[in-house]
Formats: sequence, structure tokens, C-alpha cells
Amino acid sequence: MDDFITTKDVHLYYGEKEALKGITLSFPNKGINALIGPSGCGKSTYLRTLNRMNDLIPGVKITGSIMINGQDIYSPKTDTVDLRKKVGMVFQQPNPFPFSIYENVTYGLRIAGVKDKQILDERVEQSLKQAAVWDEVKDDLRKSALSLSGGQQQRVCIARVLAVQPDVVLLDEPTSALDPVSSGLIEDMLLTIRDKYTIVIVTHNLQQASRISDKTAFFLNGELIEAGKTKNLFLNPERQETDDYISGRFG
Amino acid sequence: MEDPIKSKIQSTSKETRQDILGRCLTYLCIGLIVAIVLSIFIFVASKGIATFTVNKASLWEFLTGKNWNPTVTDASGKPQLGALPMITGSFGVTILAVIFATPFAIGTALYMTEVSSKKGEKILQSVIELLVGIPSVVYGFIGLSVIVPFVRTHFGGSGYGILSGSFVLFVMVLPTVTSMTVDSLRAVPRYYKEASLALGATRWQTIYKVLLRSATSGILTAIIFGMARAFGEALAVQMVIGNAAIMPKGLLSSASTLTSVLTMGIGNTVMGTVGNNALWSLALILLLMSLIFNIVVRLIGRKGRMD
Ligand SMILES: Nc1ncnc2c1ncn2[C@@H]1O[C@H](COP(=O)(O)OP(=O)(O)OP(=O)(O)O)[C@@H](O)[C@H]1O
Ligand SMILES: [Mg+2]
Repeated sequence: MDDFITTKDVHLYYGEKEALKGITLSFPNKGINALIGPSGCGKSTYLRTLNRMNDLIPGVKITGSIMINGQDIYSPKTDTVDLRKKVGMVFQQPNPFPFSIYENVTYGLRIAGVKDKQILDERVEQSLKQAAVWDEVKDDLRKSALSLSGGQQQRVCIARVLAVQPDVVLLDEPTSALDPVSSGLIEDMLLTIRDKYTIVIVTHNLQQASRISDKTAFFLNGELIEAGKTKNLFLNPERQETDDYISGRFG
Repeated sequence: MEDPIKSKIQSTSKETRQDILGRCLTYLCIGLIVAIVLSIFIFVASKGIATFTVNKASLWEFLTGKNWNPTVTDASGKPQLGALPMITGSFGVTILAVIFATPFAIGTALYMTEVSSKKGEKILQSVIELLVGIPSVVYGFIGLSVIVPFVRTHFGGSGYGILSGSFVLFVMVLPTVTSMTVDSLRAVPRYYKEASLALGATRWQTIYKVLLRSATSGILTAIIFGMARAFGEALAVQMVIGNAAIMPKGLLSSASTLTSVLTMGIGNTVMGTVGNNALWSLALILLLMSLIFNIVVRLIGRKGRMD
């Protein structure tokens, strides 16, 4: 069994409203997976089940099973704090803390108890390099992260997640608030780290999905319509809805 | 022949005239307020300075002297105008009250914003609003009948003194500091909290390292506001502090504050006498202090925006 993340028949209810209607979907170890679909179809909701961020919303009920690296993440034994260190998340809006760049990137390590200055320094450099912002910020790591441009902020947020060395990186429309150049930088960056992490990215940008992802899943109204190799899904979709969506006939 | 459209455009419309009227009214109000504030300031300042210009007291003596006895002249024929006991008393009760109140305020505010249910939060909110609305004489009366005996039996002394004063002020500033702390915690964007939790922080780590830290300038502002309120409170303090205009020997001995000496003395002196002018000098200190509190709040606000 090669799949790193397996979800089986996942239903999610916001109170009475069923937002995910039985999603069975899996992602292989390492590589980039894209979730596409029209607004409100449940992409973010599905993504947030993978690091249990939905737990924070009152009235949410989840059924089904989600296994990451062979572990049932909804079993009572699972500690969400540990889970979220293994499954990092990048949000749509760049959301750096109002602290210095250095403090942002080391945040996850410091709450995990890492105090050694040398390790922290190394990890800051390494993750900022991975996130392709090192050259732009290396001279003012002590400056407030809020003084950076939106694109730089988003890459610092990615570095902040990578610094914890997670297995999985979830990205919820990470480039939709950014200009095309910054988006391109982030896409290129994701391609350079694809063989180190299992990446799941939600995107509204179909070109982006086809450019960078290995596997694509198409959601519609809380259901998974089709999932498969990105090339196959875009060139020879099996379902009519998928064809309609990728050729821009709706959504 | 007059073009009707042209004349319509060139004459002022009804809306424009209303606009001008409204603007005039607001300017009038602002002008009135500025005039009142300025005249209060000038009045207090001119009276307060008279102690030093007319009655020839020395400013240094006034700020550092320990004997307050404006009606009695000493051997060299000068009135005894040492305000240090009252200045000490005012700062003493203020700082102690805020030291007691701050942990409680932060704790309550965190409970309201992070822990309690919506309903519990509403209840606490109305309790706080109620506490703000209680007149200070009621606080003073409770202080007199509960806190003074309590301090007397548990800490010793007569029960009157700085400690009792700061206990009463603690209760009085708590609602102000709490509700302002709540506001500053609410103002922290939700996505900071999400980002922190998503990085594997516990709820407590998130509160401690992100929430409180992002809200620091707001919380400091709340504390300064609490101090300003405590510093300026007269009646409630006067009822429990003992009102001895002598250098306090400790937290348990009878003392006085700038405000308590003012309220006690202002009715018993005659305008223009040394004793009366000396009280105005105390009032001037109060006014300058509230100005300083204001400036500090502004500085904190500016610093908060820069981060
Ligand atoms: N906190 C919530 N409470 C109740 N309903 C919610 C909540 N969050 C999302 N929903 C509903 O669940 C459905 C799926 O929302 P979700 O955010 O997952 O969509 P999405 O595919 O990410 O859309 P978008 O592309 O616009 O981000 C929507 O109908 C939405 O209204
Ligand atoms: Mg979404």
C-alpha cells in the first residue's frame, strides 16, 4: 500500500448541513495533489479535515475514516497538537504573526521546545531557502514580517510550516491573493520541494493545477466526482461534469 | 433672458445649505469644548501657580517637603507646604490597585474571550457594565464597612490606610481594565490564532505567545486608563484612607491622597488665601498627571501601530 493519506467515506456536517457527502480519496507518499472545483463545493472543508482544523468550529460532526501514514487521525488516541506538527497548513490570506521574520519561522520549533540557537538559526535559513525567500529577507530577519509584501509574507508562512519538518503540507488557495509573479515563484518553489513532502493544494486556477500537480481531485457539491493522474483528468476526463468544469462550461 | 439650468446650478441647493449649517454646528460645539477645556486649564494653572508666585513657596519644597500645614507658618514665617505625603499616597494607592487588578483583569478577559460560552460571556459583560455604573460613594461605603474592618483584623493597624484605599480602587478599576482588555483581545485577528494552532501549538501556548503578545499595547493602554481612574478617584478613597496629611509610614497607617486632601479642604478655605492656593496647586498636579496618562496612552498606541 503506497498511499500516505487515505480517506474513506468521509461525511462532514456543519450542524444540519452536510458539506462533505462521503469522500473516498487517497494521496500517494510525496508529490503534489490538487483539489479543484467550484466555490462552495467543500474543498477547504475537506482539506481542513486532514489536520483537524474543523474541530475548532462548533457544531461540526465528522464520520468515516482518515488515515495518515497508517494512523487513524480521528481515533481518540490521536493528539491534535502532534498531528498538526506533522500536517502543516498554509492559508489563503498570508497570515504571518506580527513578530519578526525570525520569530515567525521559529515559532513552531519554539513551541515544540527547541531552544538551541544554532538549530533554530540553521532551520530558519534552510526553510526560508526552501520557501524561496531567503535571498530577499536574509538581511532583515529581525524586521517585522508585516513589513513584507504579500507574496513574501506568504512564502514566509510556507517557511514557517516547513521549519517544523512536517510530512504533509496543506495549502488552501495559497496564491489566490497574490500577483502573478509571486504566484509563479510559489509554484516553482512547490515543484522543488515535491519530492520531500506530500502536498495537497486547493486551487481555483486550473492551469496551476495542471502545471504543478501529479494527482488531481475534482469536487462538486460536497461530492468527489473524479480523481486521478492530473494528465489523465485534464485530457481524458471520465465524467461529463469534469469535462464541463475544466472546459469552463460552469463554475 | 436667464437660463433656468444655469441659475439652478449656480444657486446653492437645499442640500448644500444643510451641509453648511451642519458643519457650522459641529464647529460651534468643538469651539465650545475647546474653550471650556482651555479655561479650566488656565484657571487651575493660574491659581495653582499663585502659591509659588504670590505666596512665595518654593516649588522644590512643595514637591519634596513632608509637612503639610498650610495655615501654620514655620519658624521662618513660611507656610508649611510639603505635598510629598499626598503625592506618595496617590501613587501608592494607584500603583497597588493596578498591580492587584491587572492579573484579575487579564484572567477575566481571557475567560470571557477564550473559554466561556456566549451566554457566560454576556452575563459577565453585564456584570462588568454594572460595576462601572455604581457610584463611587457606594464603593467607599462598602470599603468603610467591609474592607476597613477586614484589613484591621487581618493586617493590623486601624484599618484605614493605603492598603484599604488600594483594595477599594482595585474593585473600582477592575471593570475598566477588564473591558478594555477584552476589546484588545477581541481585536487580535482570528487568523493569528488559527495559524498558531495549525502549527501544533496548544491552546495555552496560543494564548500566551500570540494572543497576549499581539494585544500587549492594548492591555497596557487598559492599565494606564485604570491608573488614571484610580489616581483621580476622590470620594471612595477619602472614606477609607484615614486622611492624615502625614508621610505614610506603611500601607496600614492613616494616609491621604491629592484628591482626598482636596475634597476635605476645599470647603474650609477662603479664596485667595495661602491654604486655598495650595489646594489649587494640588489640583494642578492632578491635572498634569492626567495629561501625562493621556500622552502615555498615545505613545503606546503609536508604538502598537508601528509593530
Ligand atoms: N464554518 C462553517 N459553518 C457552516 N457552513 C460552512 C462553514 N464553512 C463552510 N461552510 C459551508 O460548507 C460548504 C463548503 O465550504 P468550503 O469552504 O469547503 O468550500 P470551498 O470549496 O473551499 O469554496 P471556495 O472555493 O469558495 O473556498 C459551503 O456551502 C459553505 O457554505
Ligand atoms: Mg475554500
